[in-house]
Amino acid sequence: MSARVRLWVFLVGAAGFAVLFAVACFGLPAFGTVHHPYGVRAVHASLSHHTANVIASVNFDLRAFDTLGEETILFSAVLGTVVLLRQARDEHRKDPEPAVVHPRVRRFALLMLPLALLVGLYVIAHGQVSPGGGFQGGVVAATALHLLYIAADYRALERVRPLTLYEIGEAAGEVAYVITGLAAVLAGSAFLANVLPFGTFATLSSGGTVPVLNAAVGLEVVSGVVVLLARFLDQAVEIEEPDDGSPRGAGNSGDDEDNGDDEDDERERA
Amino acid sequence: MTDVLIVVALLLVAGAATAAVLNRDPVRQAPVLSFLGLALALLFTFLQAPDVALSQLAVGSAVTPLMILLTVRKVRRRPGGRRRRGQAGGP
Repeated sequence: MSARVRLWVFLVGAAGFAVLFAVACFGLPAFGTVHHPYGVRAVHASLSHHTANVIASVNFDLRAFDTLGEETILFSAVLGTVVLLRQARDEHRKDPEPAVVHPRVRRFALLMLPLALLVGLYVIAHGQVSPGGGFQGGVVAATALHLLYIAADYRALERVRPLTLYEIGEAAGEVAYVITGLAAVLAGSAFLANVLPFGTFATLSSGGTVPVLNAAVGLEVVSGVVVLLARFLDQAVEIEEPDDGSPRGAGNSGDDEDNGDDEDDERERA
Repeated sequence: MTDVLIVVALLLVAGAATAAVLNRDPVRQAPVLSFLGLALALLFTFLQAPDVALSQLAVGSAVTPLMILLTVRKVRRRPGGRRRRGQAGGP
């Protein structure tokens, strides 16, 4: 396709979009009025499914399929980071030296850690009742774990963070969401339809599948953010560049992840 | 009362965002971005969007600045890697 044809295809598409968009805009209700057609319907649907937090109802009930897509975007983004930031063949690991932490900083971080972790878990569990949910609580809980990096050092963080487990957790969160959707199909309804009993309004057990999906997203986000930050921390703290500035992978093709061989190579060159 | 809070939060957001743009050093940009995240979280809270505010607070003022700082640290170490050539073969 030549540049001219491409330009024409773009112009025709843009003109079509402009016309449709203008027509749609004139069909919208006026801005800032008391009556909100979508809001009224969303609140009604949310209350009829005993979900006190309308946002959670919209995300995990009315538009649960959208949220599956959003969760998959996060999953793919973390996967991409893992692939891009993995240890290259000519890089080698070096144990970081522990730094001295001011006692006051240490005490504050150690005090905040359980508190922040609890807040994160609370926000995940109460997604159907109060503001928040799997994503928000997940990020809070994952960030809370990293207070250990501030309070002690990288070694301490690594000890409480078996990375493989979190990588599995991320995948499990994604899969749990799909399985919840398929369970609805097996129960004779549509994919991701809310088929569980709705429970008592404004309690932890309300909302049907909403808390289940929130938990799945929470698991995925906690694990995803921990894996993401772990890769960045790895690169910043542990992984060293090749010393001779040679192009990647050239020279030492024999040692895959073998750090000992790498060290020997450097000694020979130095 | 709510209007006053919204205006104050908007001014904070505009100020922090301008400061983030004017700062050329990524290391200084990170705390400014963190403050911008906090200001945006306040604005979203006053606009009655607590769900968005929570996301903004966690991602915008904690995770993003941390990732920027870690990236800067890694990039700055690159010339240092060559400097350490003599130490690589040490004990």
